[in-house]
Amino acid sequence: MIWRGATVPQMVSGAVLLGFLALTAFPEALAPWDPLKTQPGQRLRPPSAAHPLGTDYLGRDVLSRVIHGARVSLIPAVAVVLAAGLAGSAMGLIAGYLGGWIDETSMRLADVFLAVPALILAMAIATALGPSARNAALAVILVWWPSYARLARGEAQVLRAVEFIQAARASGASQSRILLRHMLPNQLSSLVVKASLDVGTVLLLLTGLSFLGIGAQPPSPEWGLEVATSRQYMFERPWYTIGASAAIFLAVYSMNLFGDLVRERLDPRLRSI
Amino acid sequence: MLPFLIRRLALLLLVLLGLSALTFGLSHLVPTDPARAALGFDAAPDMVEQYRREMGLDRPLPAQYALYLRHLVQGDLGASIMTRRSVAEDLAKFIPATLELTLVSLVFSVLVGGALGVLAAVRRGSAIDTVATAGPVAQLSVPVFVMGLVLLLVFYRWLGWLPYGGRLDSMVPAPPGITGLYLIDSLLARDGRAFRDAAAHLVLPALALSNLTLAEMTRITRSAVLDVLGADHVRTARSKGLPERAVLWRHVVKNAAIPVVTVMGLRVGFLMGGAVITETIFAWPGIGRYAWEGARNVDLNVVMGVTLVVALVYSLVNLAVDVLYSVLDPRVRLS
Repeated sequence: MIWRGATVPQMVSGAVLLGFLALTAFPEALAPWDPLKTQPGQRLRPPSAAHPLGTDYLGRDVLSRVIHGARVSLIPAVAVVLAAGLAGSAMGLIAGYLGGWIDETSMRLADVFLAVPALILAMAIATALGPSARNAALAVILVWWPSYARLARGEAQVLRAVEFIQAARASGASQSRILLRHMLPNQLSSLVVKASLDVGTVLLLLTGLSFLGIGAQPPSPEWGLEVATSRQYMFERPWYTIGASAAIFLAVYSMNLFGDLVRERLDPRLRSI
Repeated sequence: MLPFLIRRLALLLLVLLGLSALTFGLSHLVPTDPARAALGFDAAPDMVEQYRREMGLDRPLPAQYALYLRHLVQGDLGASIMTRRSVAEDLAKFIPATLELTLVSLVFSVLVGGALGVLAAVRRGSAIDTVATAGPVAQLSVPVFVMGLVLLLVFYRWLGWLPYGGRLDSMVPAPPGITGLYLIDSLLARDGRAFRDAAAHLVLPALALSNLTLAEMTRITRSAVLDVLGADHVRTARSKGLPERAVLWRHVVKNAAIPVVTVMGLRVGFLMGGAVITETIFAWPGIGRYAWEGARNVDLNVVMGVTLVVALVYSLVNLAVDVLYSVLDPRVRLS
């Protein structure tokens, strides 16, 4: 069981993540107000019983926007890691197993994408595609796949020489069977570990792009965008900024702690007997 | 060493060539017509036509790419729509500010994170070790923009200790430009007022930017020092009666520096990426802010120019780290 022997912070992080999952699944049931409903007479109100985190510059309820922001902030982060992880690992696996020019070409291609810091390259791609949440996610997938390609390729090169793979080849197994039935299952745990540690970083990257105005666009309650919008009111009304900022921090922090737990469970070098 | 350098530089050229194809391709993805974007949407059709001819926009894509590449090699990154100057000129103007900010952040992270990491490893299990282990996990979860805004709120708005925005107060004249780094230029000019003001303006952006690298540095130093502390040569050094301080400096820290240098070298990219957000928040006139303004105005020459220049700097830093690695560790032979 994954929880056996987990530390208290790890368990708390699991509970927090479950909370975020609930927000993602049922925002309508949990949010007290409609996140898009503007109330011109209620602009920039301080926290009250009706609006626990106050209201924003259009009189919308900040708490409800933070709750609805979970879906538009967290799902893209998970989706980006899944897409980049699948595409990158498939490429790395094939490159490492087949070797030769396929390996050389795909790794040089990965080098190109790794030559620029992630945020800057994602910004360039998202700008060229046009600012939107979808294009920002696409940009981060393009920036993120090479790290998986490198990891999968390295492991595939090691595995290729191991006896049971050679035995499978000698017994006439097809290449796709060797890749899918013999190589992939042996790499899965390291890929899952990397993915679980990556979600938080990708969330930081995506909210960063939205903060810069190149990701999600108004009136989306996406957290990075929410922090950017609230910024100009921050000195007089700090509560407006707190909700979305704290949500990003809590989500990333719990993902990092939880990712450590996944690593402890799946990484054979860390697994206790 | 020389064959290694030649091979790495050749690889670097290949990567930059690939990157130029990427930036060229991205620039052509945009649905807006570059001629119309440069001349304005109400420009006369014959002017647009002439511009297209002059800039080679009427030629087939491979020919356009060849032209683009020739300009790049000559250091011509195109013109900016926003500033109406050449991007290369703009970059030369904005790079020193970014350089100063990232260098100060790097030095701060290395000194403070290094000291924390060593202390935590030496006093394993103490309160400082707990801080150095739990702190970074939390630190790494704070977005750069939240860090920047919190610092502004506390130190500018509430306490009023530090200034907000720009590199100098508008009342303080800039020191004569020698290096472009205000801290150094003001020292060279013996201008104490400019130095103090430049330093005060640097504190908050540098703190915000160094947050992530500080966390990484603490974490890596701690584990590297712990590794070395358990090594045989350290036990030998202790058993021959060397004072603990000498053991630590001569035998532990020096050896632990090797993995630390490698990882921190790779983190320079973190700093350059983070600089975009930091410079945006603190109105810091560097290339990060320039790239951001370019992105907001869909000024592609600006965005791609910054991408290419940052890639060049980043790749050269990585190469330098590899070389430094062999200098620090006599067992590593570059081939």
